[in-house]
Amino acid sequence: MNRSLLRSLLPIISLAVVLGATFYVQPRTMSYFGLNLMLQYAVPIALATIAQMFIITVNDLDLSIGPFVGLVGCISATLLYSNPLLGTLALLLCIAAYAAVGALIHSRNLPSIVVTLGLSFVWLGIAVLILPSPGGKAPGWLKSIMALQTPFIPFPIIAAIVIGLVVQLALMHSSLGVIARGAGGNPRAMARAGWSMLKTKAAMYALAGFFGVLSGLSLLGLTTSADAHVADRYTLYSIAGVILGGGEFIGGRVSPMGAVIGALTLALAGSFLIFLRISPDWQIGAQGAILILVLALKAPLTTREASK
Amino acid sequence: MNQTAIKLDGVERNFGAVRALAGVSLEVGSGECLGLVGHNGAGKSTLMHILAGTLSPDKGEISVGGARHEGQWSVNVARTNGIRCVFQELSLCPNLTVAENVRVVHGSLKGFGWKKRSRDLALAKLDEIFPGHGIGPTDAISDLPIGKRQMAEIARAFTLTDIPLRLVILDEPTSSLDAVTAQQLLTFIRSQVAKGTSVILISHLLGDILGTCDRIVVMKDGKAVAERPAKKFDRHSLVAAMGTVVSRHKSTDTKLEQAKSQAPVAIRARPKTASDTDELIAHKGEIIGLAGLSGHGQTRMLLQVFSRSDAEITEPLAFIAGDRQSDGIFNLWSIASNVTIRSLRSLLKRGLIVGDAESGLAAEWKDRMGIRTPDMNNNILTLSGGNQQKTLFARALASEAGIILMDDPMRGVDIGTKLEVYEMIAREARNGRTFIWYTTEMEELQYCDRAYVFRNGAISASLDHDDLTEEKILQASFAESSAA
Repeated sequence: MNRSLLRSLLPIISLAVVLGATFYVQPRTMSYFGLNLMLQYAVPIALATIAQMFIITVNDLDLSIGPFVGLVGCISATLLYSNPLLGTLALLLCIAAYAAVGALIHSRNLPSIVVTLGLSFVWLGIAVLILPSPGGKAPGWLKSIMALQTPFIPFPIIAAIVIGLVVQLALMHSSLGVIARGAGGNPRAMARAGWSMLKTKAAMYALAGFFGVLSGLSLLGLTTSADAHVADRYTLYSIAGVILGGGEFIGGRVSPMGAVIGALTLALAGSFLIFLRISPDWQIGAQGAILILVLALKAPLTTREASK
Repeated sequence: MNQTAIKLDGVERNFGAVRALAGVSLEVGSGECLGLVGHNGAGKSTLMHILAGTLSPDKGEISVGGARHEGQWSVNVARTNGIRCVFQELSLCPNLTVAENVRVVHGSLKGFGWKKRSRDLALAKLDEIFPGHGIGPTDAISDLPIGKRQMAEIARAFTLTDIPLRLVILDEPTSSLDAVTAQQLLTFIRSQVAKGTSVILISHLLGDILGTCDRIVVMKDGKAVAERPAKKFDRHSLVAAMGTVVSRHKSTDTKLEQAKSQAPVAIRARPKTASDTDELIAHKGEIIGLAGLSGHGQTRMLLQVFSRSDAEITEPLAFIAGDRQSDGIFNLWSIASNVTIRSLRSLLKRGLIVGDAESGLAAEWKDRMGIRTPDMNNNILTLSGGNQQKTLFARALASEAGIILMDDPMRGVDIGTKLEVYEMIAREARNGRTFIWYTTEMEELQYCDRAYVFRNGAISASLDHDDLTEEKILQASFAESSAA
């Protein structure tokens, strides 16, 4: 019982450690403005992480979420800007495509890694076709949402908490959330209880697509112009965020709040490394090292719990 | 009893070339407990899957409450007709809590306050069936030992929301329960039957079947071969109907027994789970039983010996898992690979596995264990449960291990297979292998030279073969527990 508590606290502890280290290295970040600046990119990362988490809930993995977020950005900076109706339709089509992919993966029993790896090139290709070189414009309303100045607490923190809470409520506390997690825990038992795994998987993929679209929109609101490659790193960020937040690759064990905290930790770790003046060439490696450290801390907690 | 709850008529089902059901007709009256016995592979589980709607019959009719069902029979049709099933391999989601697993089978548990309703429902039913169960409705299934998981699943099958219960099918429900909880369940079944619910009980424990059921149907080779009121059957006639010849276990040769106790010590270990406890000592060639209520430290003792912590071990070890789905089989591999995995080191030549030697070893153990399959290269899941368990025995016995640890390996295995395996164990013990055998079945202890009874992680008694009576074991399992 104590260990499982410690395990669920691990994401918060790792966030606190990274935050503390950042404040120590660069005390000026300990302000409304500093936090706002450091964490603004945490919102799209958190949304992409939530998208990934829905896929991981049903024991799959989405290697296309990064390029997908990039594609959403490209669509939004062109179509949505010039023709809101057509743009919205295109984004809805993206979500429908995700649902279809989920249905395909389930009905043909395909490995999700292979399908989504292939799809990552499809998304990238479409994005490049829509926007061959970086450019386009973010719709005004999107920019103003992302530039929102909330009193006392910076907007990215409020946004992250709201995202986390809403999904936490839906997945961990609603009666349909139980079905979604059960599908990851024991799909055969769910089928025997009369639930359609096809529908469940399609729904979870559609939700992933929906949050992928939100991620792309929020990213565009920050960058104000789009680039097909802007979110390529999000694939790994999102997977790392879910795992950092206490989720597991199989078995339907995920934590939405944890995933959001994991995403915040990753976003902060990036800033932290910049403050340490680590050359950008080494940053990815250094981030990887942080990840390995945290996961290494998590491993003994998990195995001891299992042996209980 | 006079009214029909459900009726199957001429149901057939084939899996490829295998004829699992060859035209079975079965009728269950309301308020009747029907016992179903037969070998593994006789078709019992297939028949239950068809009733529960998870498999569809190739041919045949299903009638509910006297009216013939038209159209596709499916899981949801079965559910809305009040049919519930506890499958042999557990069907709970390990990542969910007990209450959440209850919600999974009840479409009506939704909306505001579903969590509380679900918790109350789970707890009330657990209290009703297994008083003193010690399971919390918010416990995650993965945190529960296998016996409690089975209790949770059984209780779930009897929970009631909007659909009245017509028929509950229990497939080997007591396989992971200890004697006390098993008895609680059987008592509860009788009280449910008295209220008008029908129950189909499948079990290899013939005592349970004979003591609980109103009527018994014997299945063999996909057909119902005998059907009589339970009173007209006894142990022998039941076994005879199943087509097994019972060989009475002969009492162990005293001379041999003495020789064994003078053989060198193979294992000496003290349970780490308790401070004040006796030692476990096994001489070479002995069969040592671990008895007591389930979950009192027997499995941990086996794991302690296996990990060689605080234990003197003189020979290589092999482990035969009882929970074969999660600890035993590699379910994507062939039967042959599942047999040879423990022995690969002896099949090496210049660092590579010799394919001929591997298939040779697999073929040898197919014959020695009598694994029923046309081809050892078939996937392990093509085997019935009993034959999968035989594969695990073959894996351990094919290895160089001199000590075999067995974690209640005969759960849900039919009596024919059991007798074959018992004989194998006795033979291997005569050849000098040492067996440590945790078992929840009293009968299996008769094959042991000595048994240690566990209580609260400690060895509470050591009983020699001649002292191994049900009474003495129960006494040692419960003694002091009321005083403590």
